[in-house]
Amino acid sequence: MTRPLGTLIRNDTATRINHWITALCFVLLVISGLSMFHPVLYWLSAFFGSGQWARQSHPWIGVVLLLSYSGLIIQFWRDNLWNMDDVRWMMAIRRVLANDEEGVPEVARFNAGQKFVFWSMAVLVPVLFITGLIIWEYYFGTWTSIPTQRAALLIHSLCAIAAILVWIVHVYAAIWVRGSMRAMTQGYVTPGWAWRHHRKWFRSLVATGSSGPRPNDVRREAGE
Amino acid sequence: MTNYQSQNFIRISATTMTPPATRNHEAEMAKLIDVTRCIGCKACQAACMEWNNLRSTVGTFNGTLENPADLDPHTWTLMRFTEHENDKGDLEWLIRKDGCMHCEDPGCLKACPAPGAIVQYENGIVDFVSENCIGCGFCVKGCPFNIPRISQVDHKSYKCTLCSDRVAVNLEPACVKACPTGAILFGSKQNMTDWAGERVEDLKSRGFANAGLYDPPGVGGTHVMYVLHHADTPSIYSDLPENPKISATVEFWKGLIKPVALASFAAAVVTGFMHWVIAGPNEVQPEDEEAADRIIEGKNAPKSSPELPT
Amino acid sequence: MTNTWQDIKNANVVLVMGGNAAEAHPCGFKWVIEAKIHNGAKLIVVDPRFTRTASVADFYAPIRPGTDIAFLSGVIRYLLEKDQVQHEYVRAYTNASLIVKEGFSFKDGLFSGYNAETHSYDKTDWQYELDEQGFAKIDDTWENPRCVINLMRQHVDRYTPEMVSRICGTPIDKYLTICNLIAGTSLPDKAMTSLFALGWTQHSVGSQNIRTMAMVQLLLGNIGVSGGGMNALRGHSNIQGLTDVGLLSNQIPGYLTLPKDQEQTFDDYMKTRQFKPLRPNQMSYWQNYRKFFVSFQKTMFGDAATAENNWAYDLLPKLNVPMYDIIKAFEMMVHGEINGYICQGFNPLQAFPEKNKIRRGLSKLKYLVVMDPLDTETSRFWENVGPLNPSDPAKIETEVFQLPTTCFAEEDGTLVNSARWLQWHWKAAEPPAKAKSDIWIMAGIFHRMRELYRKEGGAFPDPILKLTWNYTDPVEPSADELAKEMNGRARADLKDASGAIAVKAGQQLDSFAQLRDDGTTESGCWIFTGSYTEKGNMMARRDTHDPRDQGITPDWAWSWPANRRILYNRASADVAGNPWNPAKPIIQWDGSRWVGIDVPDYGPTIKPSDGVGPFIMNAEGTGRFFALDQMVDGPFPEHYEPMESPVENLLHPKVQNNPAARVFADDRADFGTPEQFPYVGTTYRLTEHFHFWTKHALINAILQPQEFIEIGEVLANEKGIANNGWVRVSSKRGHMICKAYVTKRIKPMTVAGKPTHVIGVPLHWGFTGLAKKGYGANILTPSVGDANTQTPEFKAFLVNIEPSNGPEGEV
Repeated sequence: MTRPLGTLIRNDTATRINHWITALCFVLLVISGLSMFHPVLYWLSAFFGSGQWARQSHPWIGVVLLLSYSGLIIQFWRDNLWNMDDVRWMMAIRRVLANDEEGVPEVARFNAGQKFVFWSMAVLVPVLFITGLIIWEYYFGTWTSIPTQRAALLIHSLCAIAAILVWIVHVYAAIWVRGSMRAMTQGYVTPGWAWRHHRKWFRSLVATGSSGPRPNDVRREAGE
Repeated sequence: MTNYQSQNFIRISATTMTPPATRNHEAEMAKLIDVTRCIGCKACQAACMEWNNLRSTVGTFNGTLENPADLDPHTWTLMRFTEHENDKGDLEWLIRKDGCMHCEDPGCLKACPAPGAIVQYENGIVDFVSENCIGCGFCVKGCPFNIPRISQVDHKSYKCTLCSDRVAVNLEPACVKACPTGAILFGSKQNMTDWAGERVEDLKSRGFANAGLYDPPGVGGTHVMYVLHHADTPSIYSDLPENPKISATVEFWKGLIKPVALASFAAAVVTGFMHWVIAGPNEVQPEDEEAADRIIEGKNAPKSSPELPT
Repeated sequence: MTNTWQDIKNANVVLVMGGNAAEAHPCGFKWVIEAKIHNGAKLIVVDPRFTRTASVADFYAPIRPGTDIAFLSGVIRYLLEKDQVQHEYVRAYTNASLIVKEGFSFKDGLFSGYNAETHSYDKTDWQYELDEQGFAKIDDTWENPRCVINLMRQHVDRYTPEMVSRICGTPIDKYLTICNLIAGTSLPDKAMTSLFALGWTQHSVGSQNIRTMAMVQLLLGNIGVSGGGMNALRGHSNIQGLTDVGLLSNQIPGYLTLPKDQEQTFDDYMKTRQFKPLRPNQMSYWQNYRKFFVSFQKTMFGDAATAENNWAYDLLPKLNVPMYDIIKAFEMMVHGEINGYICQGFNPLQAFPEKNKIRRGLSKLKYLVVMDPLDTETSRFWENVGPLNPSDPAKIETEVFQLPTTCFAEEDGTLVNSARWLQWHWKAAEPPAKAKSDIWIMAGIFHRMRELYRKEGGAFPDPILKLTWNYTDPVEPSADELAKEMNGRARADLKDASGAIAVKAGQQLDSFAQLRDDGTTESGCWIFTGSYTEKGNMMARRDTHDPRDQGITPDWAWSWPANRRILYNRASADVAGNPWNPAKPIIQWDGSRWVGIDVPDYGPTIKPSDGVGPFIMNAEGTGRFFALDQMVDGPFPEHYEPMESPVENLLHPKVQNNPAARVFADDRADFGTPEQFPYVGTTYRLTEHFHFWTKHALINAILQPQEFIEIGEVLANEKGIANNGWVRVSSKRGHMICKAYVTKRIKPMTVAGKPTHVIGVPLHWGFTGLAKKGYGANILTPSVGDANTQTPEFKAFLVNIEPSNGPEGEV
């Protein structure tokens, strides 16, 4: 992929592929899941051909999602660790929402909102996976008691609702914060974007002479 | 199984539409299983297999007289045998014909996500319409009696239809016709209840003080009822539920959550939209680029470059 | 059955003992439920196991297999002691008052006249004292100690409740509760029905089991009445028909008997068969034997049977032994004395005792013809199926012909049900593939044999050459034509007393009363006369009209004899002709004739004052507590232990088993002892199957797929046998490896102070069909039959049991 000179890599190719697999799975799961959740959304199953196909595909897509999201966790977990910057950022959330980022505490690669999305999904996806296995009739219908399956269904539904809400926030944020979409499609951001939204991350790249997505290992460089 | 009486539905799974019929003229029907005159001959099982053209596999002996070992997609009714020793130390061999109870408030139908896959006719029969079934198994979770079974072959759910095809043309269910001792009767729910009353009287006169009719109110009554010698302890009859009702979990899942979830999704989207309208997009400004450039240049300048102002 | 299935609903007490009606006769059992629900009847079940019948019983008591005579003799003792008998009935309708011959006695388990070498009795003294006219002497005051009632009282005196309990293992309180319930039906308007089946017949004392119950019923006045009777529930849809048409080695149709060796002339033959009345004015209906016999001979041999040649008497075979029953036949086969076998609708490899002996016998045959709709084990006896059938085909020279036949639904015909109804049925389907009717096959064999006899002569060709075969289609005579032949027709114009022609030559007869002994009538089976008349096929009638809603439907099918639905129905009314139970009358005297809902089992115009007894087939006109010389093992029933028993006979240790039983030496050597085989085995059917047939049907195979035995929890714990675990059950004759059903429904019984365990062996499995393969219960059972009928002792034998690793453990 061509990257204009002087831009920074926000997400490398592997990450972007990983993200979009996850995203696709998630969307398909939302469509098939909602079709089985509420009668007025049953028509969504038509995207899969029929209710049977929606029902049959859903758990398999879920398996892919779990694997895929695990990849994201491996790639992102360190940059999503919570720290005091996030608290300060949260305190200034009104200014963030008002697009007035001057004076908002500097954040590194991810801000608290992104970390919220990340960790929410990191919790919800495994729970959805496990409860999903319990109610996967074809393979595991006889593995657990029916009361367990009922509880699993309820938890699965509640988690899915939560995940969808988080996802709406995530998607809106991507639309709202211009440049984010390109960061995940083409992978790069302008230095100005980095400066505006992730100033600490920007500084660390500059300081280590990295073009992203992570700062270079300074000590190793020194050793050369 | 089939969709013979589509104008007679009083309940349809996964629909927000009003069903075509309201129960205003057709009598509610019921099957009465008089456990106290059942001899466990399995003629009902054989008749069910023949009428519905079902053949399970030849299994193995499994330590009971129950064969096949459990209800399955090809076994819609099953005699269950319990060797029960009563307070006096006398043995009672309790034989119960298990199968769909055709609840007035069917948990399967409540749980079903596929429109029209489960319907209830105005005569009370709860029927599975296979072509609409998606095989999710929610009915299994919804049922308080553990009845529906999902086929591993065509991934659809199966259970007793109360021979809705026969009843629709004024025939009794196949099991009723086959029962040699009259232990299975079929008629209007009122008649069945009245007859059960007479049976209970007779049983009480024979020393079964707790004889009674099993028509559990927790599911609004059922269209398959039992006469039991010990109606106070239904669980001794191979775990017949004491007070069956649709699980609170299922009620919650299929009740409040659904509208609340949709509303919250809508709210989230609307909130986002309003934010867009009010705050607009968060765009990178030329000043940002300049500031960034300065930093980058600073980095490339001699090492003594001062710290950037914040 | 003396009564009908429907009539069971009129009972006040239903005693199921020696059978498991709900399990083996679920359809007929509806009438028991009817009795309970609509007549307030109490259902009593006495059985070694808590059966499906017991599951709906009001009262259940266990009994050790093979001790029913002790139990019922105790009931007789109880009834006499409490004086709960129907006095008027007993006095008028039984032989209680008749005086028994002086020489008759019973001592230490043996009746007078026993010959220890031949294992048989000289029955000369088993008779009444006769007066000068040849009539039995009588003492209506019952003061004479030789009165039947007094001898019976003396005979049953040993069967105290304690003794009954010690022999039978039935707890005393349960036993007495049952006695009390039974005794309640001694009231004239109360009735008990006895429902029994192979649980009574399949014993070395089978016939006497039934007799004992019949005696109880006579004491209670329950024979001939609505809701009463002795009701044998036949184990097969047409086994009643089999005995009716004499398909036993010592009979000819209609319960006539084949001549014996000693009866070389027709006169010899008739001497013992034309029963002279033993009391004044009695009908003694067997006096007509000659008419039935001559009419039979005319059917068989037509013009070849003449007065001059004694109606072709010489063409009949003469028996040199009491009977050639199946046990005897296989004994002969094993010894090479029978070398060809036509096996028609029968699967002896599974159905007859000592499977290994049956296989040995079949292996010695030159040829075996199997006629059956199914692929039976018998037809594959030569196949090596491992331990299930360890044959070595290389060593077997038997040539097997398997002839597939039609089944009942593929042909017209009639079946005789337990209630003696001949119900016509119509062909419903074409037979599969090359299946042919039994009639077509038998006709083919007959024609070929006749041709051979014609060409080659032979030692005695006449019986074959002179047999009539005047059928429209000689290759496959129609069922209608055969049925008409059974009914019989006039061979000449028959005139009534006034000289008018009553029946024209060639016309079908209406009643066996029209049969003559002068050769002018013919009838293949006199008791069926009336079933196919000039009016048409009476068996095909389907009118459910039931005049008093009492279960008597005179226009539904046809019931032998004479369309009579309840036998001995004269006894439903008192001496004066008024019904004992006015609510449920059958027939009554209206001043000029007997009227009611059934055909009177009596002369229709015989006045009550004529003193003719209601049991018209008996020479004394009464029911018999004392059976005269009619049974081979005694005029009174006596408790003898089964041939294999866990205890010694408490009443007379020296006479352990039925002394008149016929036991072949090699079979006796195969009896086990309680030391080696300490538990009591008993075999039975399960409701899901019919014998060895339905394992060929998928639905039945699904409903009961695999061989198992039933064992009580106590013994299972003792032996370390888990429910659904594998066990090895063995007798002296063989063993089987199958699953165990550990159940609460079999409990140990205390017999003679010791715990006795019963092991139940359902019998349905074999190595052909759709169900899982199995051994079959007859691998265990002993080769000995009832002394009177030779019905095998399947219900009581000795076994051992131990846990097993399953079939893999078998090498």
